[in-house]
Amino acid sequence: MTEARPSEDQILAWLDQVPDPEIPAISLVDLGIIRAVAWAGDTLEVTVTPTYSGCPATSVINLEIERALRGHGIASLTLKRQLAPPWTTDWLSEKGRAKLEAYGIAPPQPAGGPERCPHCGAAEVERISQFGSTPCKAQWRCTACREPFDYFKCI
Amino acid sequence: MTATAAAPDPALFEFCLRMGDNTLVLGHRVSEWCGHAPVIEEDIALANTALDLIGQTQLWLGLAGEVEGAGRSADDLAFLRDAWDFRNLLLVERPNRDFGHTLLRQCLFDAWHLEMLTALCGSSEPRVSEIAQKAVKEVSYHLERSADTVIGLGDGTPESHARMQDALDRLWPYVGEAFLPDAIDTEIAARGIAPDAATLRAGFDARIGAILAEATLSPPDSRFAHQGGKTGVRHTEDLGHMLATMQFLQRAYPGATW
Repeated sequence: MTEARPSEDQILAWLDQVPDPEIPAISLVDLGIIRAVAWAGDTLEVTVTPTYSGCPATSVINLEIERALRGHGIASLTLKRQLAPPWTTDWLSEKGRAKLEAYGIAPPQPAGGPERCPHCGAAEVERISQFGSTPCKAQWRCTACREPFDYFKCI
Repeated sequence: MTATAAAPDPALFEFCLRMGDNTLVLGHRVSEWCGHAPVIEEDIALANTALDLIGQTQLWLGLAGEVEGAGRSADDLAFLRDAWDFRNLLLVERPNRDFGHTLLRQCLFDAWHLEMLTALCGSSEPRVSEIAQKAVKEVSYHLERSADTVIGLGDGTPESHARMQDALDRLWPYVGEAFLPDAIDTEIAARGIAPDAATLRAGFDARIGAILAEATLSPPDSRFAHQGGKTGVRHTEDLGHMLATMQFLQRAYPGATW
């Protein structure tokens, strides 16, 4: 029964086509929340870690994973939640960081604030609020081009 | 429901309720600000903080239900218990009053919560440690914000300073409960699941002392502590009113979903 079983790399490639429901510029794989995909017999087990414990996108993400994989013909599938080690923005892919910036969201920096304005590239930025439109973002503004922008919090 | 005969562990169950009820009650209190905050950025910040706390509640009460082994879910525990079965600290059920009072309560709770979660990362119970490792990151961020706001308002205008000092005078008698161990705390500490409640006081005092000094606020001299929240023996009247709002839907329409 295993002759047509897609490889784990193939499954990750499919999941890399599934956009994050809140930040559709990046994929679930870019976000670093797909911790493992593995076959247990004929059942595919996908291990997912939440970004923030209360993030309302979590249940939508699980639905999207299931829908995408079923669409690729995976009949038997289980989703496993893994809390530890906790998700960190270090797990964002390089590709994901670049896409975030192109989309207008400054990628996370260990220094705790954006490196530059995602609109004009100026380094003169200031914080408006520690929180933003989703749990993973904060609001900043550029003092050069005067535009506000989202910053992806570093955790 | 799995039929594994997990040995009932009443102390661990109580401990998980205490953690989860703290975050549930404070999360609900903070969410009461939604749409009412002084500026939109603060409205969003309050809602996000509430969201983190409710998320942590799902983890703690989910674990409580698992430990209890009676088939109760996190939702059952949140919506179908009455006030005397809640195990939260009295501090978190105190009403919001004004914005400064809400943020001072948040700061006092965050400072204790951060000490507690940091210690729980090394818990002998892996399921407790996993939740703590997740929550500690969120709570560090909560404390950063609540401390900034307390400092800004305390060391602000004469009006904001007076309100913050009034909030501190009102809330200080609710701080001590967290550090006074009872039999549950003692058992949980002896098993290495959580730290001894009293040992968290030094770290808390250092953090809060520095924040209040910068905020030009003075805590009352008295260490008198109202008690009865975490044991459930004597909640304040305000908790019942809060639960009446929070639990209404599940009480009136049992099992309602959407």
